[in-house]
Order: sequence, then structure tokens, then C-alpha cells
Amino acid sequence: MDLLATAAPALGEAFSLILQPQQIMFLMLGVLLGLSVGVFPGLGGIAGLSLVLPFIFGMDPVSGLALMVGLIAVVPTSDTFASVLLGIPGSTASQATVLDGFPLAKKGEAARALSAAFISSLFGGILGAIVLTFFILIARPLILAFGTPEMLMITLLGLSMVAILAGRVPLKGVAAAGLGLMVGTIGESDASGSLRMASYSIPYLTDGIKLVIVGLGIFAVPEIVSLLRQDRSISRTGGLGSGWIQGIRDWWANIWLSVRSAFIGVLVGVIPGLGGSVVDWIAYGFTVQSAKDKSQFGKGDIRGVIGPESSNNAKEGGGLVPTLIFGIPGSGSMAVFLGGLALLGYDPGPHMVRHNLDITYTIVWSLALANIFGAGLCILLSGQIAKITTIRFTLVAPFLFMLIAFAAFQSSQSLADLAMLLMIGCLGILLRRFEWSRPAFLIGFVLSSQAESFANQAVQISRIQFRRDFWQGMEYIFSPVTIGILILLVISVVIGLRQGKQILGDSNPPTGSKRAPLIFLLAVTAYVAIAVYDASTINVLRDKIFPVTVGIVTLIACAALVVSMMRQPETSPVFADLESGGEDAEAPHGLWTTLGWFAFLLGLSALVGFVLALTVFLVSFLRIRAGVSWTRAVILTVIGIAVLVFLGGTLGRDFPPGLLQDFVKLPWPLT
Amino acid sequence: MTDFTKLRHSAQALLATTVALAFSTAAIAGGHGGVDLSGKTVEFVIPFSESGGSARWANFYAPLLSEALPGNPTVVVRYRPGAGSTAGANWFQEQTTDDGTLIFGTSGSTQFPYLLGDPRVRYEYNDWNVVLASGTGGVAYLPPDLASMMDGLDATGLQGTDFLWGSQGATRLDLVANLAWEMLGMNVEPVFGIEGRGDGRLMFERGEANIDYQTSSAYLRSVMPMIEGGLAAPMMTWGALDGAGNIVRDPTFPDIPTFAEVCEATPACATEGASWDAWVAFFIAGFPAQKMVFLPGTASADLIETYAKAFDDVIARPDFDELAAATLGVYPQMTRDAGAAAFKLGTQVPEDARAFVVNWLEESYGVTLK
Repeated sequence: MDLLATAAPALGEAFSLILQPQQIMFLMLGVLLGLSVGVFPGLGGIAGLSLVLPFIFGMDPVSGLALMVGLIAVVPTSDTFASVLLGIPGSTASQATVLDGFPLAKKGEAARALSAAFISSLFGGILGAIVLTFFILIARPLILAFGTPEMLMITLLGLSMVAILAGRVPLKGVAAAGLGLMVGTIGESDASGSLRMASYSIPYLTDGIKLVIVGLGIFAVPEIVSLLRQDRSISRTGGLGSGWIQGIRDWWANIWLSVRSAFIGVLVGVIPGLGGSVVDWIAYGFTVQSAKDKSQFGKGDIRGVIGPESSNNAKEGGGLVPTLIFGIPGSGSMAVFLGGLALLGYDPGPHMVRHNLDITYTIVWSLALANIFGAGLCILLSGQIAKITTIRFTLVAPFLFMLIAFAAFQSSQSLADLAMLLMIGCLGILLRRFEWSRPAFLIGFVLSSQAESFANQAVQISRIQFRRDFWQGMEYIFSPVTIGILILLVISVVIGLRQGKQILGDSNPPTGSKRAPLIFLLAVTAYVAIAVYDASTINVLRDKIFPVTVGIVTLIACAALVVSMMRQPETSPVFADLESGGEDAEAPHGLWTTLGWFAFLLGLSALVGFVLALTVFLVSFLRIRAGVSWTRAVILTVIGIAVLVFLGGTLGRDFPPGLLQDFVKLPWPLT
Repeated sequence: MTDFTKLRHSAQALLATTVALAFSTAAIAGGHGGVDLSGKTVEFVIPFSESGGSARWANFYAPLLSEALPGNPTVVVRYRPGAGSTAGANWFQEQTTDDGTLIFGTSGSTQFPYLLGDPRVRYEYNDWNVVLASGTGGVAYLPPDLASMMDGLDATGLQGTDFLWGSQGATRLDLVANLAWEMLGMNVEPVFGIEGRGDGRLMFERGEANIDYQTSSAYLRSVMPMIEGGLAAPMMTWGALDGAGNIVRDPTFPDIPTFAEVCEATPACATEGASWDAWVAFFIAGFPAQKMVFLPGTASADLIETYAKAFDDVIARPDFDELAAATLGVYPQMTRDAGAAAFKLGTQVPEDARAFVVNWLEESYGVTLK
């Protein structure tokens, strides 16, 4: 009851601060801005916050807070549009949503999927706020109980989700995750800066490959290319089946799933250093594990949308805890938020909860309120926006290429971003074609650097603890929290291995000759082998142990796959090849010519800069591939370019320059 | 419905959000006007991401600068992260914007690779025009029971303990701390690979680390409450520079001894010789001249004067100290001659000191810069 006595007056104070017309107005403004920015893949909360930061200084503190909080709150909501409708992971928070959301859109149920996602987000946001209201008062000791071994265990728990997402052939899933982990080690190591599969003469590689590019390349590029080969709309039926009300009913029918996922979101969000990237995968994995009928997951099961979406908004609330009471940002957008708080004259730290509890609650509940506004608005819009899935896709695709190229370029503003996107895109296409689990690859990639850092640190710290005293070391490693997570982890792997195969049902994938799948496997094996050799030449042990260990495990999985390929007949699922049967094989357009269009855009950008290249690309694509009249092609191109330039101008983003720009000085946006 | 009407419906929804974006930006952007740089946008580029200490520093100055520059241009902070800030600095080296719409902010993380001869460095500090230098300080602290093992200023009592601390990397700003502790004969093992100094402090709070340091503003904000709660005790500051270039007590922490004093009192440590000179050189590069603002090499004298005056005006604001306390701490913000002096100290180390540190990094941590 003490808790209530502390919380109640501050809570009353907070509500009287929030529920002023002016604050509500700023909150709405933040929500609108957040929605507009979040709709575009690859931009997200950081871009939105940076946009308002120059104006925060000198604002009335509560209004400034309302503006920033409104913005942060809705980004994980609005990025769902791209994930569900277009199969483009809008941000790290909505990668798992793509898995079932996009198949639902293809079934013509985009409106249902969207409204289920938004109502889940809304619910997750509010539940998160309620939990936080009390939790923030007692969170400190709990957060401090999460040391390095505990964080390592959570990271491993995230990795264990590979078991359930591995697909038909578990070994392929393991190899895909291993490849993801290896690709994640490219660049300078976090510990001592040794280079892995990189060289100082290509500075781009020393930073490693960015998550945005991998997300777009692995999910968006293969899906866009595959859809573009069929000359039809995203929705297979060409219409919108059940409407948005059905989505809300679906959510209500799965309310406990939503509650559970929201709790996962708050808890993982609260722990600093993990970041939001694991939350949606853990929530998705648990959703699949706990479902009785798994046959529809990955093909459009509404629960696969409700689970991750309930967790990702709750996570934003959870992320406030370390930000406010330790002054340590839980994510990139929280870090910018922290900077904004300083401009308003607040100084996050332990005292924020003790002395400024009313302000803390203002932030927590503004977040909840913004969730209500944002998700409500999105639900209202979802019926209309979902219509995009009924348009002939050939008219949408060039603009998607435009968007993902622009999004990829934001990660380091170098032309190499576009080249890398194309390379990872090819990898994504091949993973998809040969049925190597793309989620497994992405989980491996996302968790690679965390797994390496936490593993190295935990070993180093525990070595010192053991040196001091054996039992102190044991106590350090085997804390109640690590044991608890370890049990979860074992359960997760066992369930995953036993039931993972059910996800795709009993159907058999199309198979062709043995040659193509084998060549791909050998190429992967060769890359991993080279990466292991490269890592083994590093002198610093802590920089080489992780890639070498993971690489050897991956090589073993690859070798086992080679053996099983030699023994199995051509019709075995291990030889899955989507080009030899089913939708892809019957597509009217070829794979490589379709990808060629995208390569054409990127290649031309390298020559004459992005905006000029885009103009040529859009007109020629619309005229030649889509076959629309010259007038319409030009009109659509002008609209597309105008939106892009406006977006770039407002957010202060440049466009990739090409060779031409080295010789001629052109005015923005052509620079 | 044809494809085009459907496209139109979707486009309308998109347009509605786009208009909302335009409207709301215009709504908050209003209220600037005047002459000179008026109507222009000054880009304050930093070679870091949105989430670091440099972003806070730049965002602190941006609105103040906007008010102080003639014509009140909009000052926006732009981020060009990459390759430990060398990518952004290499980019700035090639810029020739000389109408005052581009300024560049660097930090110790940009200076250290330059000083250590990192192969990725293709920038030359001496080509640029410094217009502001911001200093900071650092404080090392210990758990109270270990702090009590020090005999006054003499740190000999700490030599038998196994210390552990969370470090961002051997070649980063943290090398000042690593070198100082090693000079005192302490056995401090860095746990590399943490993401920010805040994570290092959390490691200390969790009891995994038993020594740490923080820069001044973070120390005031986050370590002071621990000290008041009896969970930590200060060990020493890195000190500050006086006008003559001597290391003196940090004005923000006049009661805490400096490393120089502790070193003096500890037999294992000497305030002279190769390692001391190297420490001093890198301390100066990393702390008293930690963050600087530059105009491109092509800037005219007029423009440099305009910016120097603008920064002077910002610093002279009656509310500046109050505003700066939370973000920057109480340290000199130097312009003109003082800024130039700080620039010189921050971007030059004697060749002996450089060679010593490069060799020490390789021997102690296996880190090579090749």
C-alpha cells in the first residue's frame, strides 16, 4: 500500500498536467509527425525526434515533453503499415510482424491484419503504462539484478527462437542463423577493433553492415521482386476480404496472448543494453510455441501479428525505465529523447523518480495517451490505406524501390549503402528460393554483436570472480535469474525442435535438380570457411574466439547438410527450390530481369546521382514494364519525385550523388 | 474501380499524412526572421550518431547559436557517423562551403585516431578554422571499502587488488584512465566492448566492476547520488589546465585530489619521464580540449569573426551558466585566442608520447593501428 500512497498524488498531478488543451494539442502534433515519419520504412523515431529537437529548446517543458513523447509513442505503431502491406520491415520493432502480416495482406486480409495490429499496439501501450506506473518505483534493484551473465542468457533466449523458426529442415535453419551471426561480425570488433572480413582500404566495411540494410535486403527485396514477377496486385483475390472490425474481434479472441506479449515487451524493454531488437522475435517465438494449431504460421496467422505488435509498443514504455532512472538510453530513439529532456531542463537519473515523480508519470501516461490517439487514428485509416494491396503491383513496385533505396541510404549516406542493399537483396532472394529460414538469418544477424560482447565480458568477469573465490564465481554465474532463463531456454529449444516442422504444415516444397541447391550450399560453406580462416589470423584472442567458434559450428551444420544432400533423393525438402515449381516458376517475368530493374536504378544512381536516376527509372519502368501511357508515366513520376524530395527536404536528408556530381556542381536535390 | 482510382485513394491517404507533416513542421518552425544569414539554414555536422554525448553537446549549442548569429538562421544538427567518427571528419576535409552555412563539431574520439596515426584518418586538423573549444573533466571513483585502502593520497594500498572496469576500447578516451591506473601500479583489467560510459557505471553499480570513471556532467548527475548513499567514493580527478598550461585541481571538484597529486604521493608513480609525458599529452587532447567547432579551411576572416562573436555572445548570456551546468558542467568554453591555444594542445602530441602510447597499446592490449 506504500506504493499506492506514493504513486497516487503524483499520478493525480501528472494527469492534471497532461489533460490541458495545450498539452493535448502538442501531443497530437507529435502523434501526427510520428505517424508521417514512421510510415516511411527506415526512418523511424530517431529521424522524427531529430526533426523537432531544434525547436524543443525554450518550449514550455510539459508541451515539449508532450511533443516528443507523442512522436516516440506512435513510431512502432505506424511502421506496421509497411510491414503488413508491403512486406517491408518498417523498423526493427516490426520485423516479426512481416512474417504473418504480409501473407495476410496477400490473402486480401490487409485491413483485418492492420486493425488487429493497431488494437494490439494500443492495448500493449496502455498495459505497459499501467505496469510501469508501479514498477518504476521498484525497478532499480531488479534492473541491477541483470548483470552480464543474465543479459547473455536473454540474448541466447532470443537466439533459441531459431529452433521454432528454422523451417522444414532444422539443419538449414541452424546454418542460416550461423551465417547471420557470421555476417554480423563483419567489420571492426567491438572489443579491440580487430578487422574481420574487412579492410581499412574499404572504410565502409569497417563499420559492419547496418541492420536497416539487412532487414530491407532479406525481407523487402525478395518479396517485392517475387510479387513483381506476377503481374497482379498484392492481394491475390484483388479485393479486401474481411474488414477492420474482424481484426478487432481477432484480437479480443486472443486477449491473453496480447497480455502475455505485452508483459514480455515491458520486461525486455526495461533491461538496458538489450535494445528493442529481440523483443518482437521473443514475442513471436512464444506466440508460435504456445499455439495449438501451428500450421498457418508464416502463411498468414493473425496471432503472428497480435503477438509481436502487443509487445513492441509495451517495449517503448519499458525502455523509459532505464532512460529515466539510470540516464542510460534503452534504444537509439531513447538516447535522442534523453538529449531532448536535457534541453527542457530535466536531468534524468535516480532523482527523477524520487523528486520528479509527477514528471515521470507525465511521460509514462503521455505515452499511453499518444498510443490511444495514434492507434485509433491508424485503425480509422487502415481500411483506406489497405486498398493499396488491391492495386496492380507493377504500379506500386517502382515507388517501393525508390523508398527502400532512400531508406538504405540513410544508414551511412554512402553509395556503398545501395550496393550493399543489392548484395544482401540477392542473398535474401537465394535464401527464399532455397527455403533457408530468413527469420533465422535475421535473428542471428541482429544478436551477433550482443552475443559476442556479453559472452566475452561474462567470461572475463567470471574469471576474476573465480580467482577471488570459487563460490563467489559460482554465485555470479548461477544466479536465480540466469537459472530461470536457462530453464525457459531449454523449454524453448525443445518445443521448437519438436514442433517447428508443423509451422509449414505437411505440404512438400517444389524441388528441381540437385545442382542449384547444392551450389548455393557450397557457396555459403565457402564464405563461412573463408571468414573462419580470416578470423583465425587475428592476434587478439577476444576478437577471434567468437567468429571462429560460431563459424566452426556453422561449418559442421553445412557439412551435415552436404551429407544429407548426397543421401537424399531429389524430391527431398532439403532440395527445396521455389524456381522449379509453384507460383515463382509460373511467373510471367523472370527473376533476374526483374532484379535487373532494381540494379539499373542503383547503377544509374552511381553515374548521375539518385534523383536523376530515379526520374529515368520511374518513367522507363512505368512505360516499358507497366505499359502505361507516356502521360501517365510522367505524371506518376513527378508525383513520386515530389514526395521524395519533400521528404528529404523536410528531414534534412541528402540523396546519393553519382559520378556526375563529382564534375558538375548541381543544386539540391540533384547534388 | 480501376487501378488508378484505387491508387488515388491510397495516394490521398498518403498525401494527407504528408500535408500533416508539412503543416506541423511549419507550425513549429515559425517565428524566425531578420537579416544577414536570415532565411538560411546552418548545418552543424557532427561525425557521430544521434545518441552520444556529442549529439547532446551540439543540440545544446544549436538553438543558442541560432539566436546569436546575425539574421537568426535555423541551426540544425546533422549526423554523419561512421568508422569511429573518422568517416565524418574525412568528409568535412573535402568541404568548401564558405558562406557560413556549415560548421563541424569534433570530439576526443576524432582527435585520438588523428594523434595515434590511425590508417583511416584522411583529415588534417590544421587545415580547419577553430571557433570554439569546450573542455570537460573526469573523475575516477571506487567502492568505499577499496577507497579506504588508500593511505591519504598514496595509492600503494590498492596494488594488491584485482580491479575490473567496463571500457569502450583501448584506443578511445578510456586510454587516459587505463594509463593512469597502470602508472599507479594498480592491476586494472578493462572489460572491453561496452557501448557508452553509462554502461560502465551500470557495471559498477551491479558490482561487476569495482572501479570506474565518468566525465564531469555524468559524474555530477549519476555518481553523486551513489556517493551520498555510501555506495561509491571519489578517488581522483584527471585535473584541469590553468592559463599557463599547468595541471591544477578541477574547478568543478575542488575537494577531490588530481591524478598528479596521487601520483606524486605514490612511490610506484613518477610525475616525469616517458609515461608521464604521454599521459599528460593524451589527457590534454582528451579532456580540456575535448570538443571543438570548426569552419572549413576556405572560410574568410569575416566569417570566422562572425562565428567567434556569436559564440562569445552565447557564452556571455546571463543564463548560460545555468543552462550549461546540466549538459556541459562548469568548464571554460573557449573562443578566439583561448580556443586556438586549446586547439593546439588538443591536436598536437610530442612524437615520443605518441610512440610510447602506440607501443603500450600493443604490449598491454594487443591493439595495433595498421
